[in-house]
Amino acid sequence: MSLDLKFTYTEKKDTRSGFGDGFLEAGRKNPNVVGLCADLIGSLKMGDFQKEFPDRFFQTGIAEANMIGLAAGMTLGGKIPFAGTFANFATGRVYDQIRQSVAYSDKNVKICASHAGLTLGEDGATHQILEDLGMMKMLPHMTVINPCDYNQTKAATLAIAEHEGPVYLRFGRPSWPIFTPAVQKFEIGKAWKMIDGKDITIFATGHLVWEAVVAEAMLREEGIHAEVINIHTIKPLDEEAILESVKKTGCSVSAEEHQINGGLGDSIAQTLARHNPAPLEYVGVNDSFGESGTPTQLLEKYGLNAENIVKAAKRALARK
Amino acid sequence: MEKQSIEQLQKICTQLRRDVLRMVHAVQSGHPGAPLGCAEFFVALYFDQLHHNPDFQMNGKGEDLFFLSNGHLSAGWYSVLARSGYFPVEELKTFRKINSRLQGHPATHEHLPGIRVASGSLGQGLSVALGAAQAKKLNGDDKLVYILMGDGELQEGQVWEAAMYAAHYGVDNLIATVDYNGQQIDGPTTKVMDLKNLKAKWEAFGWEVNEIKEGNDMKAVLEGLEKAKSLSGKGKPVINLLYTEMGYGVDFMVGTHKWHGSPPNDEQLAKALGQLEETLGDY
Repeated sequence: MSLDLKFTYTEKKDTRSGFGDGFLEAGRKNPNVVGLCADLIGSLKMGDFQKEFPDRFFQTGIAEANMIGLAAGMTLGGKIPFAGTFANFATGRVYDQIRQSVAYSDKNVKICASHAGLTLGEDGATHQILEDLGMMKMLPHMTVINPCDYNQTKAATLAIAEHEGPVYLRFGRPSWPIFTPAVQKFEIGKAWKMIDGKDITIFATGHLVWEAVVAEAMLREEGIHAEVINIHTIKPLDEEAILESVKKTGCSVSAEEHQINGGLGDSIAQTLARHNPAPLEYVGVNDSFGESGTPTQLLEKYGLNAENIVKAAKRALARK
Repeated sequence: MEKQSIEQLQKICTQLRRDVLRMVHAVQSGHPGAPLGCAEFFVALYFDQLHHNPDFQMNGKGEDLFFLSNGHLSAGWYSVLARSGYFPVEELKTFRKINSRLQGHPATHEHLPGIRVASGSLGQGLSVALGAAQAKKLNGDDKLVYILMGDGELQEGQVWEAAMYAAHYGVDNLIATVDYNGQQIDGPTTKVMDLKNLKAKWEAFGWEVNEIKEGNDMKAVLEGLEKAKSLSGKGKPVINLLYTEMGYGVDFMVGTHKWHGSPPNDEQLAKALGQLEETLGDY
């Protein structure tokens, strides 16, 4: 029996391609947009921009710390640098450079991080960063965005080009359902209620928004009506949308391809603890590194797929 | 800015040294040694070399830019910024105090004019300066970008990432300077982590190396910086090896790492100030 999904797809594509296409379009719109990449131009899908604007693109070699500093310096001439590499090297490896030269110095740098999370797949745990959202959201001044599919990633890329201030944009490698509209307005910091419900709220970010859409249909078959909210912006968090939904549903689940420690769920828990301490269950990686495998296998093994969101929802409902 | 005579510039150096010592003494914290050694460089740069607007604009378009990568020299930088008109000299007395724009290490957060990026965590300034220099090229801006680093700072790996990058892209509108005083917090660089043949290292990385052997002689510094300027614009990044003495200008502070990060007490301050004439008026 097939599920009655509220959102469907006809095509799959990687979110990094949404970034690459959005980046090219941002470059066409604004001559101040420039690009930097640490020897991963193909992986980041930055090649089309490089080809069209070779003078505005800087291959930095395998030297991420230097790349972050370069990007900070380029903002001084009014440039809007998009610095791209894998999420692991875009955060943990260069945390101090981002902290001092970008965030503390309030520089208009866009840190563009691909291959985030478990769905990087076969490369294994060295590359599967699951702590990046936490590290980035802790930095004052930093905006943190984790879009869910190709279309939303493209829209987010265009939006951050017009946003003044440092941004961390996280996306990924796997081919993933395209279930949001091709034309959409991306509002930084504004959560998107995708599905109305009354019994429980599922707050999801990144690839797991799709899993939340599937979980909603599974729960509905059992007579449970879940609200699905797409939290594409981890920081600033749309607290108003979170509180409004939980006021109605009375409990919630957070779902993210990230450590539970320091992730989206933590941010939601802070909000709920202050204003409405309703039951919250977490779907995320539980204090563990990843490993090699296919994206689907990894999401299943580490408890991050739709089935696990359903289980978490039932735990939360039982605590109401 | 009108050109000043060497004598006038030397007087400003003496005042800068007084400022530095009084600033770190007042809060009993900070780093007096290196800014004492870099007084000639700071003054030559701000009062002679830089084409800059004291009417500060963060984007720095159409003017020469300076970055201080070894941010612990903040007291010296703040003094030269104030003395060259970026902010009131009186404000030097707020150095390192609560609610001040003059943070322990340079920061943009409090909007102190003259500062374009935070520094203090070492090794990051050259990358930032390179980015600014490349943005100037993209903007058709023919002004130069200057950056000062410590010699101990060269132990940071990021410096060499940036060094490789600068030569690869031929960033020739950048003039870097190493404060080559041979000292760092834990002792002489030769003992802590030997830099060995620094000139050969930079040359091997593809830089034009300009040695300024007497970094505490105003005439030599001016000539050295002029030469560096003449070497710019020729396809290669330029670096000055500026031989200075940490603690220069005060007989009991010179040539040792002891005053790298330690302020003088009341008696030591009085003794030091006795060797430095008040030329422009204390803040």
